[in-house]
Parts: sequence; C-alpha cells; structure tokens
Amino acid sequence: MGTSFGRGGATQPLQDMANADCIVIQGSNMAECHPVGFQWVTEAKARGARIIHVDPRFTRTSALADKHVPIRAGSDIVLLGALINRILDEGLYFDEYVRAYTNATNLISDEYLDTEDLDGLFSGYDPKTNTYDNSTWAYQTDEAGNAVTDPALADQRTVFQILKRHYARYTSEMVAENCGIGPEDFDYLLESITSNSGRERTTCFAYAVGWTQHSLGAQFIRTASILQLLLGNMGRPGGGIMALRGHATIQGSTDIPTLFNLLPGYLPMPRAGVHDTFDDFVAAIGTPETHRGYWANGRSYAVSLLKAWWGDAATAENNWAYDYLPRLTGAHGTYQTQVRMLEDGVDGYFLLGQNPAVGSANGKMQRMAMSHLKWMVVRDFNLIESATWWKDGPEIATGELRTEDIDTEVFFLPAANHTEKAGTFTQTQRLVQWRHKAVNPPGDAQSELEFFYELGERIREKLKDSEDPRDRPLLDLTWDYPLDDDQEIDAEAVLKEINGYHLGGERDGEPLTSYTEMTDDGTTLGGCWIYAGVYAGGVNMAARRKPGAEQDEMASEWAWAWPANRRILYNRASADPDGKPWSERKKLVWWDEKADRWAGTDSPDFPIDRAPSARSDEPYGGPSQLDGDDPFIMQADGKGWLFAPSGMIDGPMPAHYEPQESTVRNPLYDQQNSPTRLTMKRDDNLSAPGSGYPGSEVYPYVFTTYRLTEHHTAGGMSRWLPYLSELQPEMFCEVSPELAEELGLEPYGWATLVSPRSAIEARVLVTNRMTPLTIGGRTVHQIGLPYHWGVGGNAVVEGDSANDLLGVTMDPNVFIQNSKYVAGAVLPGRRPRGEDLVDFVAKFQANAGLTTESGNQSLTVSEEVVAASAAARTDADSGGHVGREGHSAVGTVPARTYGSSGGGRSGKSQGEGSDGSWDSETAESKSPMAGEASENGHANADDRTGQVNVTPGRQTGKAEDSRNAEGSDAPEGAPDGADEKEEDR
Amino acid sequence: MTTSTFGHDAIADGHWDHSAHGRKGFFTDTSICIGCKACEVACKEWNRNPQDGTYELLGSSYDNTGSLGANTWRHVAFIEQDSERIEKARESGRKLVSLGMPSIRPRTDETAAAQPVSTLPSSPEMNIDLLAPGALQPSDPEDFAGLDTAPPDTADFRWLMSSDVCKHCTHAGCLDVCPTGALFRTEFDTVVVQNDVCNGCGTCVAGCPFGVIERRDDGTINTPTDRGRSATEMDVPDKGTANKCTLCYDRLVEGQTPACAQTCPTTSIKFGDHEDMVAQAHERVAELHAKGLTEARLYGANPNDGVGGIGSVFLILDEPEVYGLPPDPRVATKDLPHMYATAGMAALGMVVAAGLAFFGSHRS
Repeated sequence: MGTSFGRGGATQPLQDMANADCIVIQGSNMAECHPVGFQWVTEAKARGARIIHVDPRFTRTSALADKHVPIRAGSDIVLLGALINRILDEGLYFDEYVRAYTNATNLISDEYLDTEDLDGLFSGYDPKTNTYDNSTWAYQTDEAGNAVTDPALADQRTVFQILKRHYARYTSEMVAENCGIGPEDFDYLLESITSNSGRERTTCFAYAVGWTQHSLGAQFIRTASILQLLLGNMGRPGGGIMALRGHATIQGSTDIPTLFNLLPGYLPMPRAGVHDTFDDFVAAIGTPETHRGYWANGRSYAVSLLKAWWGDAATAENNWAYDYLPRLTGAHGTYQTQVRMLEDGVDGYFLLGQNPAVGSANGKMQRMAMSHLKWMVVRDFNLIESATWWKDGPEIATGELRTEDIDTEVFFLPAANHTEKAGTFTQTQRLVQWRHKAVNPPGDAQSELEFFYELGERIREKLKDSEDPRDRPLLDLTWDYPLDDDQEIDAEAVLKEINGYHLGGERDGEPLTSYTEMTDDGTTLGGCWIYAGVYAGGVNMAARRKPGAEQDEMASEWAWAWPANRRILYNRASADPDGKPWSERKKLVWWDEKADRWAGTDSPDFPIDRAPSARSDEPYGGPSQLDGDDPFIMQADGKGWLFAPSGMIDGPMPAHYEPQESTVRNPLYDQQNSPTRLTMKRDDNLSAPGSGYPGSEVYPYVFTTYRLTEHHTAGGMSRWLPYLSELQPEMFCEVSPELAEELGLEPYGWATLVSPRSAIEARVLVTNRMTPLTIGGRTVHQIGLPYHWGVGGNAVVEGDSANDLLGVTMDPNVFIQNSKYVAGAVLPGRRPRGEDLVDFVAKFQANAGLTTESGNQSLTVSEEVVAASAAARTDADSGGHVGREGHSAVGTVPARTYGSSGGGRSGKSQGEGSDGSWDSETAESKSPMAGEASENGHANADDRTGQVNVTPGRQTGKAEDSRNAEGSDAPEGAPDGADEKEEDR
Repeated sequence: MTTSTFGHDAIADGHWDHSAHGRKGFFTDTSICIGCKACEVACKEWNRNPQDGTYELLGSSYDNTGSLGANTWRHVAFIEQDSERIEKARESGRKLVSLGMPSIRPRTDETAAAQPVSTLPSSPEMNIDLLAPGALQPSDPEDFAGLDTAPPDTADFRWLMSSDVCKHCTHAGCLDVCPTGALFRTEFDTVVVQNDVCNGCGTCVAGCPFGVIERRDDGTINTPTDRGRSATEMDVPDKGTANKCTLCYDRLVEGQTPACAQTCPTTSIKFGDHEDMVAQAHERVAELHAKGLTEARLYGANPNDGVGGIGSVFLILDEPEVYGLPPDPRVATKDLPHMYATAGMAALGMVVAAGLAFFGSHRS
C-alpha cells in the first residue's frame, strides 16, 4: 500500500467500516482474529451493507457474511485481476476519480515490456540475481523532466491502456479454472463491488496475513489497491483498504521499530560504506533539494532523534553523534539470522514475547538454530517451548538433539504482562492508545522498560572506567528517567521524549505540538518524528478517553492517531478535484471557499490552505508546492498508482504466479512461480517439486495454516490458561467429507500430515466448511491447520506444531514467508515416534526425489524470453523517472541514496535467496512516511532481527519481537508472553 | 413488568413481588454471534469457576465445553447445517407466522396494546415466539399479504452459533423445589444460589426444565492473576453445592453489566430491563423476517409458556432442539395447584364416599 498510495498503514479506522455499503473480506478471518474490530462489520451489516467473505475455508467470518466464496489459496490475483479486467472492459470504473487522482493518464517508457510480451516476465529481468532492473518501468518525461500524460487515455502507452492489456487474459473462465470460483459467484462479487462504488456509495476491502503470507503477498495487496483506485474508494468514508494487524502493537513496533533496517519514524538504518557521513544519511531521508513533502525536513528529524538519544553529547561539531549509530553490513531479518545461527555466526539471542520454536516457519530449523547459540534469554510469562526445546523439544524425542550435547545457556526471566505495566499500544489504525498499569507484576516479573533500563545501568556501571572509544555511545546515552509512585520508570516521561520537546531558550522543556517544530540546530529533541503531537501541551493525548456518545463518529478525541491525529488517510480524495464532496452521503473533507481552508469532520490530509486550483511548477520546496488536486500527498507525483514505476521488486503491476510447491500449472503464463521470490536452498528446507515435475504427486494436498479465536499465536498467552485451553484443547486439521472419504479419515480420529520438511499428527475435523475445488479439471483438496500448539512439557495443552510443516520461501518485497500454501500428504492414524519419524519423513523425500533444487527453479520460460527481458533495460539515469527516483518526486526518498542501485538487490555478498534482499527492502523503505506499515511493515514486523549484539544506542538488546518496542525506545510493547510475527495472522 | 394481553400478570402468577429495580435480563441475539466464546471466558474469570472437561476434543465442531453446567454458565453451541436444513428452518419459521402460532399481537406496552391488531404484520411488534402456546387461534392469512417474506438465496451451508445461559425463569423450577431456601429471587428478579446455604441435595437439578443447574464436584482453576501456581493447585470453590449463572448478581448490585454482556464484541448478548429486552427481541425478529429470513424466531419471550416466560430471551434461527433447547419447557411445579386441587377433590370425594357409606349402612 505504501507503493500504491504513499503510506503503508491501514487507510481508515475500523469504526469507519460501519460506513461501507459493501465489505469484501479476503485474506482475513476477521471475526475470529479481530473479533472486537468485527463489531463494525456487523454494524455495517445492520445498516444494510453487503458482506462478502472470500476464503479457502468457511469460518466464523463466513458465518456472519452474506456470502462466502471458497477460493484456492494463492490464487487471489487471478480473481482480483479478473474483476479489474471486467471493470475496465465494461467501463464500470469511477471515471472522474481515475482521471484526476490516479496515474492512469501517465505514459510509460517505450522500452517497457509487459508479461503479455514475455510469457509472464516483465522487462529488465536479470537471471543472475533473479531481480528486475526497473528502469524501463518509468514514466515518459519531456525535456524539462515533467511526466507526459494523455488525458484522453487513448495512447497505447498510457497506464490505463497497459493495465487493460495486462489484465485482458484474467477472465471469469480463468477464475473458474484457477480459483475454483464459478461464474455466478464471480458475477455476484463484481455486481456487489461495482454497484456499491461511485459518488454515492463506497466499498471497503479488508485483508490480513491471508494475503501477506505468500511469496507474492505484497502484490495481492497491490491488486486490491488498483481495484479500489479504479472504483474511487480511496480516501472516502466507508472505503479504503483495512490492513488488519495481528497483535496489540504491531503498528507501533514498526513506527518505533524492532526492525534491523529502520530507525524510529521510518528513518533508514545507516549502511556501512553508503552512509558514512551525516550528510549521506540525511540525503537518504530527504532534503529540500529533492522533495516537496514533509520528508524535505529529514535533517531536523535526524538531529532531533540523535539529541533524544545522546543529549549534550550530540553536538553540531560531532555531527550530532551520528557516528555513535551502528552501521548495517548485511541483512539481519529473522530467517537470515537463523541461518547465521546454524552457521555458528550468532552468539546470543534475546527472545521477548516470541515463541519461534512453535511460531516461526520451519520450526525444526528454528530449534536447531537455537542449539548453536552460546546463550539466550527468554523473557516471558511461562516456560514456553522456545525456553525448553533443549530438554523436551521434538528433536530430543527423535534423537536429533541430545540435551547433554547442547552448549546453549538458556536464561529465563519472568516478564510483566500488559496489565502490569503502563505504556502505549499503536494498533491497526495508527491509533496510539495509553494503557494504565492495573496491578504490580508478581514476583520478579519486570516490564521491558524496567528490564532494559536496568540492563543498561549494569552495562554502563561495568564500563564506567572504560577509555575505549567504542564504549562512548553507551556511556553517553541519556539514561535518566524519573520514577513513578511504584519506584518504576515513569513511562509517560518516555512518551514525552518520543513526542519531543524544546531545548534551551524560552520554551525549554516544552513539548512539541507537531513535527513541523523540529529543528536541525539542536534546539529540539524528539524520539520519533511522526509521533510529535502525542504529548502536545504536556497532555498525554494517547490517554484521552472521551466516550463515543459524547463526540461525533470520527471520535477524534479518543486517544491520538499519527500523523496529526488524522483518522482517514488521503481524505482530500473524498472531495472532487474542485474541492466539493463527491456526494452529500459520502461527505468528509471539502474546500471551504469562505474560509479559504480545507474543512471537514476529519483532520484534512492536505496542506490546510492549499486551494484545489493551486498549481506549482516547482518540483521541490516542501508541501507548499503540492498541486491542489493531488490527494496522495506522500506519493512522488501526488497520484494513486495503478502502475508502480518503482517501489515493487517483482513487477509494476501484479501478475499471477503459482505458489511455491503448487501442483497446479499456471494457466496464465509459461512462467510458473514468481521469478523474484526468495528461496532458501538448504537440506533442512526442501521444497516439493511443483507442478509438472516428477515427485510432485507425493505431496498432492494443500495445507493452509491459520489462527483460532480461542488461542493467541504460538500459545504463549493462551495454552497456559485453562479457561482458554479447554475451549480448543487439541491440535486438529479441517478436511472436507470428500477427502475424509478418499483417505479413510475418521471424524475426530487421528491423521498424520507430511510435508517435505516434517510430519505432524492432528485430530480430524470432518466438515462441510471445507470445499474441494475443481482446478484445471481435477480436484484440489485444501486442509486447514491451526498453528497454536507446540511440543513441550509445561503448557496446559500441547500438540504438534503446524509450522513445522512450513518451508521458508519469501516475498522479495517484504521477506514474509509463505504460510498459506504448503504441499503435503495425509495418512490416517498417528505419526511414527522417535527416530522412526525422521525415517518416515525421509522416505517421502526420497519417493519424491527431492534435492535442494526441487521446486526452487526461478524461470520456466524460454531462454529467448529471458534474453529479451534482460535486454530491455535503460542505462539507469533514474533522474528521468518521475517514480520513486527522487528528482521530480514529491515526498519520496530517492532510492539510489539508500539502496545501492535503483531498488535492485545488487551488491549482496551472501548466498542467494535469503539475503541480498536487504537492499531490496530499502527500496521499499523509501516509501514515504510510514510506508512499511502494511506490506513492508508487516513484513518488517515479520522479519525483525533476531540477533542481539550490544550495540551503541538504546538498542542494547535488539529483540526479535514485533511487538516489543522496548528494545529501542518505545514506551511499551505488546503483551510479551505471546509470540510473534509470522503468526501475525 | 411483563403483562400479556390475555389479561393476567405472569409475575403475579409466579407469586413473587415486583422489585424496586425492575426485572433485569438478557437478550441473546444469535444471528450476530461470532462464536468467539469471550462470554464463556469472561464468565469463568469473573465468577472464578473451575475449568471444565478433560482437555480433549469433544467432537462437536468448535464446541469443547459441551453444555451449561456447574462450571460453565455461558455456553456457545456450534451447529453446521446444509441447505436442506436451512430451507426447513426457514419454512418452519414461516409457518410460525402463517399458522398464526405466534399470533400477531401487540407488544406489552400500552401504546402497542392500543394499536389495532390487523395493522401489525409488518410492524416490529410481530411476535414470533416458539413458546407461545396461547397463540393458537389462526390469524387471517390476508394479514400477510403485504409482507415480503421472499427469502434471499438460500445459502448452501451455514454455521450457527449461540450462547446459552440460565433462563432466570418467571416460574423457576429450581427455586420452587429447593428445600433449604438456598435459591432465592433477587431484587433484580433473577434467581441465585446461596452456596453457603445449599446442602447439595440436588433437588433443583431435577427441578430445572432446561438442565441448567448442576452440582459441582470437581475441576481445576487457575486464573491469570494467580499465575505462578499450577493449574491443579487451586481449590475448587463451593464444591458439592448447586451452581448456575447468577446473572452476575455481585456486579448488578454495583450497577455493573454482567461479565458476558460486557465482553461480547458484537453485542449479541444484550443486558437490560427485561421489558426492553423483550421489545428489542420482537423488533429484531420482525426486521429479519422483513428481509426474508423467516427462520428467525424468539425463544422464551412469551409469558404464557410453561415457565411463564424467561428472563434471558433468545433470538434463534432454527427449532430450539437444534440448539439443545427444550421445545416446550414446563416448570415441574406448574401443575401443583391442579394436583393439589385434584388430590383435594379426591380426598373430599373419599370423605364423602366414606360418609355416604357410613350413613348408608347406618340407614340399612
């Protein structure tokens, strides 16, 4: 979404879903995984909205929907692409909106070649690195560098025409063949979203990890973005795309990140050799010379952050202590770190609020990796499986690990839960909400704030006489916080520091009201620029709790949302180009001619006094230079992107590729799988061969993993509680009656599930909620697997972990692993025990003839096609692109200043697949403002570093958890007993 | 107070006094239940009830607690149905209307009562209550001419979820038969067990027509505030006594909402004045019928049923049996007056007969 609209966060509050006339929930089981937010869906339904749930399984969400449409996992682009095709073909789009607010009129480079021309590849593919050079995806520009457009949309090189051609082959027949959705259901869906979009009505899409956990998950979201732009549903009440985050403060832990490649407020983490000077670093954020939008003030944000960390030690003379910041030398995502552990490259590991032994993909790899550590610290409520794998994990049972051979020293420290500490949660809709402490933590349990403060104190005490310059960053940290009544660090003082305040002068100590007050001369400090205002006037805005009944529906006085307490993003688009609401019914923000200002019920997402008619020829110079009808103010060109000239690793427009391990041939292109997906070729991460290759019949079924309402991710917060455990006590699999019949599975009996990685057992739930689909003339059975259980000795309930079946194949944009499509076999009965289990899995691998190359082939098109794609590159003088390349960009960070090349993955030094991708991450991380929140952020959330080195800066311990921002600077993380990441679903 | 149009006062019939607070109760609208079971957990948390069961799958869809009992005072049922069953439910619900079984009769408040009956088919006051034995006079079919009851496309599958709870009956069988006075009618007109009075005789268990109340024998408890202690370490409170939903009596006296209703994310469980609850239930069922969802019907909203109406009314989407609810519950003591009268008559007859015999023989 960052690429499509400018910011990666959910575009509207959950409450706004009540205003929708139609809601399509796809890639999410909202009622089960977001039951509280789901009340707004039921509210919409009560107001007359139509609710459609598209999902492989009939879930509790489907039960409340008007219609459930079963779909084959991983085929979402085919369905959404076919909707785009029909909408374009039949002229069902919101014409005025599309022409004014999207890049439909832009002309694309003549060198650009589409999947139509290249059997499924785009132009610029480099078979050596499996990446694209995106130079041919750029806009055409005139001599002055301005983008060439055709308002008539007639030119064959316009985005509109390219889009039309690109999706022409996505037909309803293709939907029937590949998704298993018949024409009646397809027409119902089409009719529902088109008749509920336009001036008077709006449709909302909601997704969660059912979309993100695929090897092309970011492109699933892009397809929905295109659809919503065509239908004119962005920036308007009841519209938008609801990115449902899976935990209490996943959004918060990307804003103030627990990610290896970001600093607070989406500033990049500096890279060794690239950002050696402070000016290099500032250029990577944004300067007035390269930007129109608020990124132009990058220097102020950076200086304020460094002042927050190093106080008086940060001076103009030492570049505000820039050299105290650590530099990145490679990729440190969770799976990369895990591989490095297996290579004995990591000594220590802090686990906070995460249970990777159960919750991460390929659990065996996770546990084996931990056995290579010298030490690890687990902070949790209970002895989770990640703390006990060394004595009662599955590998102990199989003999693959022996306790006496493991050298890892495991420290278990009790953690305070969310009721036992104060702080904030930043949830799905960017809303920062304060939590008061209800009770003191029991025994020795501590909050993260306390823990890391004390750890810092102890380390500083040990180093206090050190003369070594490398210890200066630690010793110079501002490490002083007032204590509250319980003699604990006052979390509000941390919030004040995050908000920022003035230093020196008359306003010394006065909190900032907005990031526009930040300065680059050391007279302000602020821990996260986008949060400036949350403590304005010394008031904890996050703690505001004015009841809904006492304010309007927007509820602007409930807590505080970044940026600037804005609830619906891009709300300039709720008015027409002249600034008038599209309709009275969908009124939100409009141009008040008398007052000469934008007005409305939400905080306008536009410079407040910039008139609709305003135009500027200046490419730079801050937000005052925005055109008056460019609602996507964080985008390079102010437009919603139907076609993404940059920002996406795997193509400017979404194209359907089959999931890794798919047994179905891609009916659209010769190119079977995503050519840019990140594979991890290892003996302990084997893949099924895939459609058309011998051995694929050994793993004929599709496993898809998910979460239940009754449990929380890997179970750390639920399997130790009898009240929750009794509600879902045992691991089970959901199968259709047809499959049960075929395999002889007894209802509520046992089944053994085998993947190329492992085998687990589960009780069998035979249910009509699972529907066999007819795909390409044959029946495809999907099997549902909740992933809450794990093997250990301490929980109230335990069971085999579904994540043990998963392999690691990742989306190149965001590093999220594919959890939603796993090839496997199913047998009645329980699995073998002990060593026999290893032999059992190996027998299947041998039958399928698996090698590390199986299923990992990048290309399945002819060499001529690859050559043609590779040949289509321009000498990337990316200055000519209106894309994310900076020069004429509005509010974006130039890719080249951060990524070593225009968004590619060049320059990597370590094996393929799992790494090297980190600078591709940077290509995305230039998405303006919080760009990462949804795709990338999600990803990042899913991909934070696992490694802990004592580094300068507050990151004394770099925790792996997405939800625990405490490792850095956040006042609070989420409840930490729970887990993680990839379970963010 | 609930007063039927048939002229008698069910509460007065129940021989209990009108309380200062007015009668409180639930309206559980199962049509918007998402089966999250938050009500079950909130209930157990608040009441410190022991965990139930054996930590094994029960073999009943997503339901693993089975039924209401001594420890589980809110219970969510999961029912998977195919299109045939949906059609039947829709049909049976429609029949409730067209047979006039629920009868179209005004709501109990005065304004509604003043309205002419014939104008009501499309009004929210339509009463579609399964437990309405009084509604036996068929209504004029013409009443329905203007009502569009064409159902939407019948889905080929549905998954019903419903949160069950103690009914807090107008004529409470448990209370009627309790020999120790442990069960009492509160100032909120709810029915509550005093565990320190209960001697565990179990008479109430047989006295409940819904199978709600149960004696607590064993179980384990471990609440989050007590973490650090193992699951089996906790004492089981009130062992051996009868237990059931108190409608969170201890919360009501503090002016709070019962835990289940407080936690329900979709407002499927509503709490309030009984009269309002019944009125809302009638409105909701009419709304669903207007959409063609004729399978919707009320359970327990009629004061003329075998228990005099219940304090926890339900909107359900199929026959009560489907949800494990008795179709025609009758309080065990309902026939007592009649039985006493019959017995009295019999005794009198015998006296008379004995007298006649005596005098007859004397005469001879």
